[in-house]
Amino acid sequence: MQQEQLSNLRANIERRKLISAVFSGLGLLIIFVSTLILFILIAQMMMAGLPRITPQFFTSFPSRHPEEAGILSAWVGTLLVMLVTALIAIPLGIAAGIYLEEYSKKNWLSAIIEINVTNLAGVPSIIYGLLALGLFVYQFNLGQSIIAAGLTLALLILPVVIVTTREAIRAIPNSLREAAYAVGASRWQVVADHILPYSFGSILTGVIIGLSRAIGETAPVITIGALTFIAFLPDAPLQANFPFINFNWLKAPFTVMPIQMFNWVSRPEPEFEVNAAAAGTVLIVMTLGMNAVAIYVRYRFRKGIKW
Amino acid sequence: MVNPIFPSMMSNIKEFQPKAEVRNLDFYYAGSNKPALRSINLTIPERQVTSLIGPSGCGKTTLLRCFNRMHDLYAANRYEGGIYIDTVNILAHKVDPIEVRMRIGMVFQKPNPFPKSVYENVAYGLRVRGEKKREFIDYKVEEALRGAALWDEVKDRLNTSAYDLSGGQQQRLCIARALVTDPEIILFDEPTSALDPIATNSIEELIGKLEEKVTILIVTHSMQQAARISDYTAFMYLGELMEFGQTKIMFQEPTHEKTKEYISGRFG
Repeated sequence: MQQEQLSNLRANIERRKLISAVFSGLGLLIIFVSTLILFILIAQMMMAGLPRITPQFFTSFPSRHPEEAGILSAWVGTLLVMLVTALIAIPLGIAAGIYLEEYSKKNWLSAIIEINVTNLAGVPSIIYGLLALGLFVYQFNLGQSIIAAGLTLALLILPVVIVTTREAIRAIPNSLREAAYAVGASRWQVVADHILPYSFGSILTGVIIGLSRAIGETAPVITIGALTFIAFLPDAPLQANFPFINFNWLKAPFTVMPIQMFNWVSRPEPEFEVNAAAAGTVLIVMTLGMNAVAIYVRYRFRKGIKW
Repeated sequence: MVNPIFPSMMSNIKEFQPKAEVRNLDFYYAGSNKPALRSINLTIPERQVTSLIGPSGCGKTTLLRCFNRMHDLYAANRYEGGIYIDTVNILAHKVDPIEVRMRIGMVFQKPNPFPKSVYENVAYGLRVRGEKKREFIDYKVEEALRGAALWDEVKDRLNTSAYDLSGGQQQRLCIARALVTDPEIILFDEPTSALDPIATNSIEELIGKLEEKVTILIVTHSMQQAARISDYTAFMYLGELMEFGQTKIMFQEPTHEKTKEYISGRFG
């Protein structure tokens, strides 16, 4: 190659590499800025809230006196609502995802269902609240209870669970399905012996992401009428005498963490803002904890499974 | 028998015991009015190796996958005509595809072991039948692995992941998985196309041994492979069966013009 041609070629390569470098620098900057903002927000809240996080904070009901107020009813309420949400959304969502991917015929009906499920994931959460208010609270007469809130949030995260389940299932190569069918497995055997075990890690990740969205939801829970001030706990699910388990707690009035925060933030006394920051810190730690579990689970289950 | 379409086609076949008979088989993929297979008539000899050859897109894999009703996994694929084993049309609606797949095993193009242990991969064919007896499963797994010439290599690591095996070992594991349920026919869909020459050689040797016990139908891209391992060869072109006969005779004196061109490498 001639010397002149070669230097032209090199200049051309340099130009293209420069564009590439500019993009990577820009990307790094954007990531850095957004992470920094998040970090500052969390750090600021934690600094304000941390001194308030004492055992007393977890074991006290809300109070007119900021220093005596705690999040007992809020975290118990959040825990119970999440329990109901998980028990409803996980089996329903996974079953729906499996049905849509492995069983249903691909026709116009399944196409409509698919579009709707995807759209449902984008519906504003307050709309779910309105639906739940009409349907669960009044129509089914569940009242402003834990079960109503659990059902509402389950409805809210159901599309997320369905979509992630489908994506997890779709990631399994078809050759494995065919291998199982080729030795005479029935559809259910293929699902139970192969599809579910291989996609379990990814499905669980989706479930936990859905649950960590639900844990922070405020609007739909306010819409169905969660209380903002509650100074008693629901009946314990376990009892000393037969049948040892009771479901009264399902019908109990409740509050959840974000509502407790909202309540404190809206108070005029600045002392309550410290409480709000503390509750926010607890909520953030809960969410981050769930995400950490999701990452760990995904890592554990993917370790043995690759294709 | 006389083929209604190409009366000359069956001329060079010596006497054999038929295992399966394809009669006037047409096959349509979902949403297509053009048949992917057109009036296929073919007799598969028992305990022999029959290879299906032909250029890409000629329908050889499509035909192979008819034998264990793989096309049923995808809605709206349509068969016309039949494949008869002992006077039963295995393509008939009333015949359960699961039953067909329990009698006819398959080995795929790319080794596709399950992400489970070596042992569980082989045992799966028994497990789907509800087999619980540990000693019986142990016995059958060993027998199948021996049959697939893999036992000596894996007997000390039956509980390690199948993905730790080499590509050739994985493919032999897939053969063991098909063997464990004592199928009548094993279908091979280009079983060596993803393997290196040494692994290919061992699979070919294995197929030669297997034909003593089981009828083998193999799709292959390589004419040399068909010539090396098969007793009978069917040449397909554009969804039709052009010629069928003893491999030796067909590779020396093909009757059909297209076969001659394909074998001599003028297209493919």
